[in-house]
Amino acid sequence: MSVTITMPALSPTMTEGKLAKWFVKVGDDVRSGDVIAEIETDKAMMEVEALDDGKITALEVDEGEDKIAVGSTIAVLDTGEEVVSTPDDDQKSVSETPNPTPQPSAPASKPAETFVSSSYSGALSPLSVREALRDAMAEEMRRDESVFLMGEEVGEYQGAYKVSQGLLDEFGARRVVDTPITEMGFAGLGVGAAFGELRPIIEFMTFNFAMQAIDQIINSAAKTLYMSGGQMGCPIVFRGPNGAAARVAAQHSQCFASWYAHCPGLKVVAPWSAADAKGLLKAAIRDPNPVIFLENEVLYGQSFDVPDDDDWLVPIGKANIVREGTDVTITAFSIMVGKALEAAEVLAAKGISAEVIDLRSLRPLDIDTILASVKKTNRFISCEEGFPFAGIGAELSAQVSEKAFDWLDAPPLRVAGADVPMPYAANLEALALPQVDTIVQAALEVTYQKERG
Amino acid sequence: MAKAPKTTSKAKATVGGKSTATATKKNIRRVQGRPPKNIVPDYPDTNTMLDLYEQMLLIRRFEEKAGQLYGMGVIGGFCHLYIGQEAIVVGMQSVSKEGDSVITSYRDHGHMLACGMTADGVMAELTGRRDGYSRGKGGSMHMFSCEKNFFGGHGIVAAQVPIGLGLAFSHQYRNTGGVSLTYFGDGAINQGQVYESFNMAALWKLPVVFIIENNQYGMGTSVSRAAAGRDLADRGKAYGIPGMQVDGMNVLAVREAGAEAMAYCRDGKGPFILEMQTYRYRGHSMSDPAKYRTREEVDAMRKQRDPIDALREILINDGVENDKIKSLDTKVKAIVSKASYFALESPEPDEAELWTDVILEGGVS
Repeated sequence: MSVTITMPALSPTMTEGKLAKWFVKVGDDVRSGDVIAEIETDKAMMEVEALDDGKITALEVDEGEDKIAVGSTIAVLDTGEEVVSTPDDDQKSVSETPNPTPQPSAPASKPAETFVSSSYSGALSPLSVREALRDAMAEEMRRDESVFLMGEEVGEYQGAYKVSQGLLDEFGARRVVDTPITEMGFAGLGVGAAFGELRPIIEFMTFNFAMQAIDQIINSAAKTLYMSGGQMGCPIVFRGPNGAAARVAAQHSQCFASWYAHCPGLKVVAPWSAADAKGLLKAAIRDPNPVIFLENEVLYGQSFDVPDDDDWLVPIGKANIVREGTDVTITAFSIMVGKALEAAEVLAAKGISAEVIDLRSLRPLDIDTILASVKKTNRFISCEEGFPFAGIGAELSAQVSEKAFDWLDAPPLRVAGADVPMPYAANLEALALPQVDTIVQAALEVTYQKERG
Repeated sequence: MAKAPKTTSKAKATVGGKSTATATKKNIRRVQGRPPKNIVPDYPDTNTMLDLYEQMLLIRRFEEKAGQLYGMGVIGGFCHLYIGQEAIVVGMQSVSKEGDSVITSYRDHGHMLACGMTADGVMAELTGRRDGYSRGKGGSMHMFSCEKNFFGGHGIVAAQVPIGLGLAFSHQYRNTGGVSLTYFGDGAINQGQVYESFNMAALWKLPVVFIIENNQYGMGTSVSRAAAGRDLADRGKAYGIPGMQVDGMNVLAVREAGAEAMAYCRDGKGPFILEMQTYRYRGHSMSDPAKYRTREEVDAMRKQRDPIDALREILINDGVENDKIKSLDTKVKAIVSKASYFALESPEPDEAELWTDVILEGGVS
């Protein structure tokens, strides 16, 4: 009987990978448990073992081949067992991965797109968000000796999501500091180091874990400048993935944007494109204030055009109109920008022209850009992954109502995550997260092409 | 003047005409690390002891005045007085070096004065006026001085401990030779972040002295009701951090222990824990029910263990004239009196101050 061996998933968000090495060739006899191949992604590496005894009859991909989709056949094994079942079963493939992860709806790697501000006219190169963040840190560490990176697995492991890949080699353990699992401790340490004339970048493996440290972020980092009558600033960046990944459930899937944006004394940034990720992170590192830098795990592997420029900076506090339109203003940040743009495409086909604003920065908020857009379109929708109650959308709706009430032709609408802890089941998770169609439906409502839901 | 106090560091004459308290070594118990060495206590000269006396007295009188002003309604909010604990910060700071960093909790007035911050500026902050160290925006618990390397003044129990660790990290990173003096109380010792800090401090051999001011009560809960295990100085044992229990009512014992701990840090050997056994005479804050301990207990400590009385006795036995000591009393009273007038006369902050110092300009634009 032939069984197929398929490309396994190494993480909840992995959709494709590279076959780094074959340890077998066609005709080899293997035993269950033998390592037959090594596969890698941009963040992890794994050996593939045979789950049956038998003879390799085909290798479907070449060594070194990249972008192999999870679940596709990489090899065929003849187990030598006689087929005693119905002919139908012959066709049935047996996956070597017992638990292939369902595919996220959007591909992890999109073709490079240009979302660089029009003021830049230099050369561009495609770069993943992950690489853009790494380059931003490396460039700033080269520029300023007082900048250091600290967090769990940032050094020898090369970053839990490989964002800090290569930094330990270049800067050494003095400046790329692996910590114990001790969020409150190293967040507080970072605050003290910032008071002590250094410029720490504190990486949280995810912002879910930063809740262990939120006292240090709010009470110590954000408030000391004020409490010291302006004497003691805290130049520090707290960064890491925020929001939902895929299938990691309630304790690992939450957007904290509104939590931090609520607090004076912080700047809060949530980029979408790689160019913004790089330019904003460099700006955050140079900023004299504590900056919360919210990344997104699903975006790490996505590529965008990024300026070939070591001084590429994006100022904090400026939104970016990523698609111009006339009928409805849609704001979004982080991963929701991509969904908003997809929704705008769908809406265009229905004759509705949506203007999409990437907020980029949540505090300070570029309310002027939003208001100018609303005064043009007369309709407003905010998008976020986080909970609706007291969320970013609640704040934006309030400000738009207060400051552009007379221009509105419809009530502002919030597209947000469901008001429940994130469920694990794939179908429920999809229901809990705002999707492209959720945004489309909201746009139809504010343009009165659909009854309010 | 109170009669000669019975202290554990009872004064007595010694060889060479110098007087000294009963060997301060008896007031230092090593928890781990090297066995005690037989050092002759390094007694400071009379002028240094007069200086220690003046500083402790300044804190005492300052705090008494703050208590009065609080009673008059001029100082608001929380106000935690340091009366009784003066020997700790005065002793420690007297053996610190320029460039060392200091950070503590909300019981911080004494630390600021010992760091050389002015009584005027501290008192004006207590009254919430524009000439206060934080221009009236911090209050009793939140004051800072970059100039004096005083990093607060923190209102969250134990939050200053990892921050103090970060200051030590900065000393090591920048190779300044400085030490972080991180003060906290027996109440903070049971917070998890203290152990996160112990672990990283020992792991990376950071130059930090953890000074536990064990005044026997975290608010109204006695140490025995809050802390398992016998000695707080032992709490670094699992991390290999040496600890010493010190008579925190004896400024000379504090000095000696502090000097040794700081030398250890400066040698690159890592952190050191000092548990200072002390006592606060006043309540946790101004609104203290005083139900958790007896009046007799407080009175006994004041009468028998007072750090200022003890040093005064040593000075007198050392041949310092009463007039000299009285002149210091007068000098200190004048400083405090002036500070109190200053703090009352300084105007409230300008209303525009509400909106300043929230965020710094100077980012990328």
